Amino acid sequence: MALLRSIAISSNKTLTLARSARSLTMATLPPLPYSYDALEPVISGEIMMLHHQKHHQTYVTNYNSALELLHTAMDKGDVSAVVGLQSAVKFNGGGHINHSIFWKNLRPVNAGGGEPPHKKLGWQIDTDFGSFNALISKMNAEGAALQGSGWVWLAFDKELKRLKVETTANQDPLVTKGATLVPLLGIDVWEHAYYLQYKNVKLEYLKNIWKVINWEYAGEVYEKEAQWCDLSEENK
Amino acid sequence: MQPATACAFSGLTIPWLRRCSSLRVKCSTSQRAHCASTSTADTAEPTEPIGPIEPIEPDPEPFKLKPLPYPFNALEPHMSKETVEYHWERHHRGHVDSLNAIIQGTEFAEMKLENMVLTSYNEGNPLPFFVHASQVWNHDFFWETMKPGGGGNPSGVLRDLIERDFGSLDELAKEIQNAALTQFGSGWVWLAYKRHRLGVGNDINPRPSEKDKRLVVVKTPNSVSPIVWDYYPLLAIDVWEHAYYVDYEV
Repeated sequence: MALLRSIAISSNKTLTLARSARSLTMATLPPLPYSYDALEPVISGEIMMLHHQKHHQTYVTNYNSALELLHTAMDKGDVSAVVGLQSAVKFNGGGHINHSIFWKNLRPVNAGGGEPPHKKLGWQIDTDFGSFNALISKMNAEGAALQGSGWVWLAFDKELKRLKVETTANQDPLVTKGATLVPLLGIDVWEHAYYLQYKNVKLEYLKNIWKVINWEYAGEVYEKEAQWCDLSEENK
Repeated sequence: MQPATACAFSGLTIPWLRRCSSLRVKCSTSQRAHCASTSTADTAEPTEPIGPIEPIEPDPEPFKLKPLPYPFNALEPHMSKETVEYHWERHHRGHVDSLNAIIQGTEFAEMKLENMVLTSYNEGNPLPFFVHASQVWNHDFFWETMKPGGGGNPSGVLRDLIERDFGSLDELAKEIQNAALTQFGSGWVWLAYKRHRLGVGNDINPRPSEKDKRLVVVKTPNSVSPIVWDYYPLLAIDVWEHAYYVDYEV
């Protein structure tokens, strides 16, 4: 019994030492894969600049601050501080995750933005929604109906092996709606994403954004997660 | 109805209350006497023979968009004409129109707005038109919270209560700013009086808090109005992005 207890104590001490030695990996603002005005006239350069340099940067900065405070609280064993920081971590961390995906979801028209998905993702969309246009209508409807701030997602459910349209509130990342959901495409419907250009006509923004969606990226993520074997053999 | 300006319960002067509402904790004796004297008795004799009753068309606009108390440019330079105009003409009007579309012809169309907000909140499981009813109420209140040439300091009972409950006006301002900056997502920040009554006969709150019967700063998410949580709002600040984005951007 005494032996067991001394093993427990020494492993506890090792854990404590390991925790203090843990280094923090801070978030950094990813660069935009295109220039700020590259998505015009769908999304203005002014919006892209503010959205990337101010909003996303703020999420990164505040996430890093929250992370440092969390690190300190965890080291001190301050449980109530740890719990109290969760909402700041979720909000700012979520903002960073969501926007990082968003920049990759967009692409200038002259680089293939707006090109509909082909191959496996195209087939999966037809299976799960009936048609590509049906998917767009559904996402627009869900985005328009979302009250307040949030995101509308095209998600792939790894477990059920099917696509889903989901919405999340504020900066909640998609996993808050299901641990098996992988984001293929996210559309920011916070007012800051469109207000300077579209004012309150959110539906106009949603209808137009499809012209600059990067389906190639969505297809890559989908194929990696779905790990289909080549279905062309079956379809013969 | 006679505009009543003094809340008999808290003693605060609230000049924008225009009508008796179910929220009023206690009407004063003179207010009650006035209500009693203005109720109409049904004594008129019918002068026409009673014939077939024609169906009454439901009013397509049970609620009208309340006009702004000042011109669009009256709040410049703090809030631009463009922002006020968009905010009132598009957002506020949009909620009025959506509310009318949903409730016309239903029993809700007969309700006063405050009652509709409370009913549609449905104890936290809101009915579909809660968003619109609450936003109409919130925005009506918001426009009254501001006035051209406003600002300055409160005086009288309100100043005393602010000093009692926050320490000083600066402390109150700091708390409001902090609440506004930490509202994750869309919402509102309020200066409100928190009574925390239970709304039943003997009203003993089983979970009293030191914040009861005090002025407090409260945040509400999205379209929620603090009246649903039994707060008594005094000031409203809209922190949805549309309220400030054109003027202040981030």
